[in-house]
Amino acid sequence: MTRLIRAAAVVTGICTIAVFFMMLILGWPLFSHGHLFALLVGGWNPGSDQFGILPMMVGSTAIAGGALLVGTPLSLGVAFVTAVFARGRMRRVLLSCVRLMSGVPTVVYGFVALIYLVPFIRSQFHSGSGFSILTASLVLGLLISPTMIVLFVNALDGVDPRARRAAAALGATPVQRLLYLQLSEALPGLLSGVVMGLGRAMGDTFISLMLAGNSINMPDGVLESARTLTAHIALVMAVDFHSLEFQSIYLCGFVLYLFTFMLVLILRVVDHRFRRGRVQ
Amino acid sequence: MKRIVFCFAFIAALGCCNAVFAGSALDAFKGQEGVIKVAGGTAHIPVMKEAAKCIARFNPKVIVTVAGGGSGVGIRQVGEGLVDIGDAGRSATEEEISRYNLVQVKWAVDGVGVVVSPKNSVKSLSTEQLQQVFAGTISNWKELGGEDHAIDLYDRDSASGTRAVFVKKALKKGAVNGGANVVVSNGAMKTAIGGDPYGIGYVSVGHIDSTVTPVALDGVVPTIPSVQDGSYPVARGLYSSTRGKATGLSALLLNYLLSPEGQKIVEEKGFIGVK
Repeated sequence: MTRLIRAAAVVTGICTIAVFFMMLILGWPLFSHGHLFALLVGGWNPGSDQFGILPMMVGSTAIAGGALLVGTPLSLGVAFVTAVFARGRMRRVLLSCVRLMSGVPTVVYGFVALIYLVPFIRSQFHSGSGFSILTASLVLGLLISPTMIVLFVNALDGVDPRARRAAAALGATPVQRLLYLQLSEALPGLLSGVVMGLGRAMGDTFISLMLAGNSINMPDGVLESARTLTAHIALVMAVDFHSLEFQSIYLCGFVLYLFTFMLVLILRVVDHRFRRGRVQ
Repeated sequence: MKRIVFCFAFIAALGCCNAVFAGSALDAFKGQEGVIKVAGGTAHIPVMKEAAKCIARFNPKVIVTVAGGGSGVGIRQVGEGLVDIGDAGRSATEEEISRYNLVQVKWAVDGVGVVVSPKNSVKSLSTEQLQQVFAGTISNWKELGGEDHAIDLYDRDSASGTRAVFVKKALKKGAVNGGANVVVSNGAMKTAIGGDPYGIGYVSVGHIDSTVTPVALDGVVPTIPSVQDGSYPVARGLYSSTRGKATGLSALLLNYLLSPEGQKIVEEKGFIGVK
């Protein structure tokens, strides 16, 4: 049994590394031709042989960042209520709602937003078509919330109960305990929730494909239409397999991969620092 | 329960292909068994689905799976042997044909029409105006006699067959502004335009219904009759390709599409038959 589990872990690890090398090998023509720089900082215009993915990198970052701005406060609020104030049945109901939310397929969020949110955004702001960074960020923020809430709640609950009881014995109200004890103790857990949320937001394809508008221009406002790296891969997938246009999607994959890798790395470093600081 | 299922099957059978009961082009599928995988152009989907339904009703052992993906996907997947039949809303290029040894069959003709929301008062454009709208030099409906509001452009992804024909024959290879929103299928275009009173885009004429309004191009409204008699020029063939000459079930399906019954489905779905 142990052997089986170990084998599963090894296979998963190898797959992750293999994907990295696969993208490197398949995208090699791009890297070796020396126009990597043009691809990374240029615009996208296949008609005149420009295959830069900078607008998509900006689009991805803007939409994922926006989703965090929407999702983090929302999730923190729900997590505070669930972990600190709600007791017994209320807590169970809240948590099962959150789990239910995480089970709703992405396309349902996308479709509902397409029918209701897009026209709403269009009518509220008199510029743009409603397909915009803002629209995608709002929905994506909602979408990543369940992941963040569950991690936040776990982090807040994980604070040593003895410390909590001690604080209570000193006369701290639940709000004081939350603010001065649990928040600072649970910081690494909260941070990992945010990073996981950001990773999910970066990796999401469907919401941005349906709601962000997918324009190839560099967006210069949150009401502008923009294209994410993931949506770009989905859109370009259909073109001729042997064209440079198609090969550029390996670069998109590569950039996404590196981004996730860096997020995990940051998370590890912060966590490590925190633990070390604790020991000293 | 059984009775309910039977009722549903009966109602469904009434809906289409009464030919099931008479001698018909479907007879060729008698005694056959297997799966035909079809993927590609999204304009083809309604016809392919209907054909699949009729065939499955005649002989449940023959299953036709229909996937979208766009013309580029259709050609590539059939070329690489991932599907049996690849649909494309454009003729495959010389290069694609020679690389994959494709044989293509054209079974319908389809127009590509400019559409706006039914709430929009602009109902007619010249080719020149259309070019300027899509290039972004005309960016307000006011300049076209409509409301004072910015124009929301909607475009398709670059592998779309509908887009290829639109850019070539309606825009005369004119540029499309990079700020245009990009949607992934004819259906998504219809949803986007239907919901956006200031949007302009283009769909296959077969997809035009009450949710969008066709815009006359140089005075000719894109409708099935105007595409049929050639007065509306932005039209293309709907093709299905196989790797090498079609054999087995794929050949039967393509023959069925070209039979009078198949062509009737083509017309029912808003396209123009080739026979």
